[in-house]
Amino acid sequence: MTARVALVLVSHSAELARGVAELAEQMAPDVLIRGVGGGPDGGLGTSLDAVQKALADVLTILADGVPDAGAHDGGALSSAAPGGVVVLGDLGSSVLTVEAALELDDSLAERVVLARAPFVEGAVAAAVTAHGGADLATVLESANASVRMFAAIEAAQSLEAGGATSDGASGGESQNSRTVTVRNPLGLHARPAALVSRKVAELGAAMTIDGVDASSVLQLMALGATQGRELRVEATGERAAEAVSTVVEMIEAGFGEV
Amino acid sequence: MALDADWAERWVRRTADAVADAKDELTELDRQIGDGDHGENLHRGFRAVVARLDDEASGRGAEDERTVGDVLKLVATTLMSTVGGASGPLYGTAYLRAAKVSGRPQIDPPAVVAVLEAALEGVSSRGKATVGEKTMVDAWHAAVEAAEAAAGGGGSEVDVLRAAAEAADKAATATIPMVATKGRASYLGERSAGHEDPGARSTALVLGAAMAAALSGPTPADPRTSA
Repeated sequence: MTARVALVLVSHSAELARGVAELAEQMAPDVLIRGVGGGPDGGLGTSLDAVQKALADVLTILADGVPDAGAHDGGALSSAAPGGVVVLGDLGSSVLTVEAALELDDSLAERVVLARAPFVEGAVAAAVTAHGGADLATVLESANASVRMFAAIEAAQSLEAGGATSDGASGGESQNSRTVTVRNPLGLHARPAALVSRKVAELGAAMTIDGVDASSVLQLMALGATQGRELRVEATGERAAEAVSTVVEMIEAGFGEV
Repeated sequence: MALDADWAERWVRRTADAVADAKDELTELDRQIGDGDHGENLHRGFRAVVARLDDEASGRGAEDERTVGDVLKLVATTLMSTVGGASGPLYGTAYLRAAKVSGRPQIDPPAVVAVLEAALEGVSSRGKATVGEKTMVDAWHAAVEAAEAAAGGGGSEVDVLRAAAEAADKAATATIPMVATKGRASYLGERSAGHEDPGARSTALVLGAAMAAALSGPTPADPRTSA
């Protein structure tokens, strides 16, 4: 467990909370993720006690993990780094209950933040960002940005559609812009998309794949790129060439699925 | 006669009785424009509040002085833990904010107004709702305005609470023709018109109980028999 930001996912349904936690964990195995769901009577609803317990548990585990993480990372993640918990709620009373829990215990305010994000997309985006060791504010922003995902994908697709007609002139290869064919049968599904976006974030490159932000796991998944699809990988900035060749190699290797 | 912690306890016990009596009515209102759990949820919450008050009474010494806020804080945390639906954190926050401004043994008319103002502030900030959206905020808001006027005119604690209760009752009825723009009922849009908002109705019950508790005086008789 190297991530310093944990997630607590609060749903009306215990099964929904568990399922989204499972999905996010698969894509970000180093992140502590806890799903909480269901009312005090076990039916649909939200239990303040269960939310408070999950927050306390997660904060305890994070606190215990800090010296350990610091030692392994040679001080890169110092114990003073702003870690904490990003919380996502699904609907009405889940969100209200989390807010109430934060109001009841002032000491939580510094280390626990509530995201304003769609439940599934926000959890996945936040988990993948947290996996790279990002701080609390960055993980929160990643969750909150997921709400703009649909608009971003539509914009990228309309650009792509418009660009396709004049593609002949601009389709050349360079170090910063290469085309690669997806090889594994399932293409850029959740796990490979998470691998790519985490790598892009790690490299610090400004990269697009078929026009979408390659550091966004959600946008990569939404490309729906399956086997045989040609993808345009482009980057800008200092380490653009290195980033492009790294990602092209990952896609060509088929993510261990070929 | 200032209102004390015993009044606050009578208030919440009476509220529990009123909610129990109106449980089916609240659930029916909520079934028309919500998810049909308001009556049952509040009933479960206030039953738990009464159980905790009973527990606490058996463990409290005669000299332990309670503040009004102590009672309201207990209501807040219990409702948040046991209600399960949105009304848990909404009412819970109302009582919590009210408790913060009533941390003393007795409250006078201006302090009663402050309690109601704090509750309104809690409900509207937690629910991000304002007046006219067909929610419990409509009833709380009307109650606060009426209470302010009554206290400003030199009214007693009972006058202030009567004004608040009557205004909340009228405001709840006035939600019938409104179109909801917040909360679950807003999913229905125009179809929410013609039904009373269950949260506004339960708010009227809560404030009616506050007035009744003040009228019933500090006699030690079981307040539940005189509802």
